[in-house]
Amino acid sequence: MTKTILTIDDSRTMREMLNHALVEAGYRVIQAVDGIEGLEVLQAQGADVVITDINMPRLDGFGVIEGVRADPNHRATPILVLTTESDAAKKERARSAGATGWIVKPFNPVKLVDAVRRVAA
Amino acid sequence: MDPFESIKQTFFQECDELLTDAEQGLLDMESGTADSETINAVFRAVHSVKGGAGAFGLEDLIRFAHVFETIMDELRSEKMELTNVVAKTLLRAFDVLADHVAAARDGGQVDEARSSGMLDELKALIGAEGMEDEAADPDEDFGFVPVVLDLDEPGGFVSLDLPEPEAGLPVLEIPAEPEVANGVWIIKFAPGADMYAKANEAGLVLRELARLGPTEVTLHDETLPALDLLSAEQAYFSWTIRLTTEGDEASIREVFEFVEDDCKIEISREGGAPVSLETEPAEEISDDDAKARASAEAPLDLDALLARIGAVPTVEAVAEPVPESTPAPAPAPVVLEAIAEPEPVAVVAAPPPVIEEPAQDVAALIARAQTADVPVAPAPAREKAAPAAASNTPQPAAAATIRVDLDRVDRLINAVGELVIQQAMLSQRVTESGLARSSNVALGLEDLELLTREIQDSVMAIRAQPVKSVFQRMPRLVREVADMVGKRVRLVMDGEGTEVDKTVIERLTDPITHMLRNAIDHGLETPDERTAAGKPTEGVVKLRALHRGGRIVIEVQDDGRGINRPRVRGIAIAKGLITEEAILTDEEVDNLIFLPGFSTADSISDISGRGVGMDVVRRSIQGLGGRITISSEPGKGSKFTMSLPLTLAVLDGMVVTAAEQTLVAPLSAIVESLTPRMEDVHYVGGKDAVIRIRDSFVPLIDVGVALGFRDTPIHAASGVAVLVESEAGGKAALLVEAIQGQRQVVIKSLEANYQQIDGVAAATILGDGRVALILDVDALVTAQHRRKPAARSEKRLAG
Repeated sequence: MTKTILTIDDSRTMREMLNHALVEAGYRVIQAVDGIEGLEVLQAQGADVVITDINMPRLDGFGVIEGVRADPNHRATPILVLTTESDAAKKERARSAGATGWIVKPFNPVKLVDAVRRVAA
Repeated sequence: MDPFESIKQTFFQECDELLTDAEQGLLDMESGTADSETINAVFRAVHSVKGGAGAFGLEDLIRFAHVFETIMDELRSEKMELTNVVAKTLLRAFDVLADHVAAARDGGQVDEARSSGMLDELKALIGAEGMEDEAADPDEDFGFVPVVLDLDEPGGFVSLDLPEPEAGLPVLEIPAEPEVANGVWIIKFAPGADMYAKANEAGLVLRELARLGPTEVTLHDETLPALDLLSAEQAYFSWTIRLTTEGDEASIREVFEFVEDDCKIEISREGGAPVSLETEPAEEISDDDAKARASAEAPLDLDALLARIGAVPTVEAVAEPVPESTPAPAPAPVVLEAIAEPEPVAVVAAPPPVIEEPAQDVAALIARAQTADVPVAPAPAREKAAPAAASNTPQPAAAATIRVDLDRVDRLINAVGELVIQQAMLSQRVTESGLARSSNVALGLEDLELLTREIQDSVMAIRAQPVKSVFQRMPRLVREVADMVGKRVRLVMDGEGTEVDKTVIERLTDPITHMLRNAIDHGLETPDERTAAGKPTEGVVKLRALHRGGRIVIEVQDDGRGINRPRVRGIAIAKGLITEEAILTDEEVDNLIFLPGFSTADSISDISGRGVGMDVVRRSIQGLGGRITISSEPGKGSKFTMSLPLTLAVLDGMVVTAAEQTLVAPLSAIVESLTPRMEDVHYVGGKDAVIRIRDSFVPLIDVGVALGFRDTPIHAASGVAVLVESEAGGKAALLVEAIQGQRQVVIKSLEANYQQIDGVAAATILGDGRVALILDVDALVTAQHRRKPAARSEKRLAG
């Protein structure tokens, strides 16, 4: 069955890049432009993997992770955080909040799909 | 299109939007109206620009954005204070950032000296130490710096004494691939409870390992407690994997990238010493990390858990999910009440059965949700998230907008134009057919007319855009011009939300730019002069947009010295634009600056002039069917006011008859209409007519002849003269046979449907279905002037 990936990023460029790479790899992609919308879309449509940016208006990536983990229906959904931060503190914070893995921008499509595959059952 | 190129285009489009937002935010920061969200938004904008730039390898842009972003980060975390100096520096840095984006887009070059100078200034703001981690390194890899477990650390995982795979445990054979010069690795993998809490799965890790080469997987379930002691929250299983692979240790380690902090891994070559985790530095574990781990590994409080789920007695732990590995003993339903002693569970790092999703028991989930304090979640963010997750009414995240190709909108507008015409024709025919006004048909038609108008307005509104897109470019311009001429200027903008047709907007930039330059360069005094005049050193330039009488009005007002009328007059006389004896009102003097060839700058200034004068401004505004006027008060300042039609798709016209043709003259060009008196009409060289209108002579153009409908002009006194003014300010009287009336007409391009014709700007279709040509007043007047330089009586305007 085609897996659905929810991408949450306020940058249209990034959403398009994710979309392109993931669709190419055979995934179905749904998009949200910030954390709040991401959680809403997840609730409404569900997803097999969530990919989220960290810096976003309204609700940031940490909030997304916490929101997903607090949702009984999705707390076992893998979450990949997408961020340019290379510093360990941010990634650690995301992990502490329950992120499954991470993708460091700029990413190449192979790495991205690799990371998705590594967390998608 | 190449998807990469297409995404790149998206990136630059997005950059425009991001930069716009960032600039607005920076302006707010400068004026002191910014709150923390403003600073955050600017940070995010710059961050996104950098992120995208990274994806496309735009090195210069990345480098600059990185430093900018660093400062924004310092500001938002309040490590740095937002002073006016900082805000002003950021604004100037923003201009350079915008240049970098433009250069990246257009393949141009940024002024290197300016850019690096700006970078130095920015770095100076935060001090050198802030920039030490200048990881502007765009090559920052896709990987990460491994955060390694220190096994001796208190609270760290207790090392499991795993039996060797040979210990007679069931082994799952994966079909071996042909032997290559492979290494054989023994990997010990003991997930912690945390790993599962983060939605990682042991099965996936094993699957990934199997991609590297043939594996033999052994499951260790020794720590699995009695069923009645089993906790859904704990990890009980571990695995030993014998992997044959061409890959090196790094490639194996990569498989564990996401999980290695939450499990214990030992990797060794078969028969060799463990290449274990001690091989890597362990100092990178942050306090948070340690805390997170400590809290994650604290024994679960089963009493509390029981208390919470008391009503739901059973938790079904589902079989372990790893297909490639040994099946776990199928756990029977566990009656939680039966748990007597929680202690055994507190033994750390016992892998739990993985809970498979579909079979997840609600009670188990609730229990996990309520007691698993694993994520050290900052409370505020969680509070923020919760209501959102709970709300079922999706609310639009951003402004609800869609992007539509302009062509499509234009097609729609065109179709609606046709509809309007068709509707008018239908109405006319119905009227002609003698149907009563109260008849159903006539009434229905009236409704149709209202509806059509509404559709027309709505469609026009699609093309309407706020003038903001033009206004927002102006602060930068003002900063630059002010810097160049050494004046202090504050730009105050008002009415950015005022909407006007897109085409009009596009063509507004130049006139507004020009007027602003003019206001700063000529209008405002230097700070010294202002002090001497008792004014604040900072001059104020106001840019304002508003709707008035179905038109958009743009005002540019300065509080400078006002127009120096004696000087303007002197120049106009010197340049032969007016006679020495001319008696002009103040207003007339002020408006002299719009005459072609007039420029008050002593030398042609690059700033306001670029070698052209205000006449160019006026011409371009008239090209849009607009007008520009000036009012000025010496010592107090000047105000330029331009008024423009809201759209270029519809035109207010005067419908006239010439040579039995119905023609439309744009109302914006018409000054007045009059019936010529024979004594006012004179013939120059016996042929070309001029008409005296009050104190000046203007060419009298027979429209029928000019457009080639007939050869001989009509008798002047039998027609009507319509005095028009061209964009260039040239006047002429158009002689027509009759004026039919005024109406709004839908403009149909002639070039698109036929070809360009001299003297005709476009066409329209009237209510009776006839095509009417719209006169190109400018071309008519210019052609006349070209033919007869002698008739250039404009000079005598006030003579």
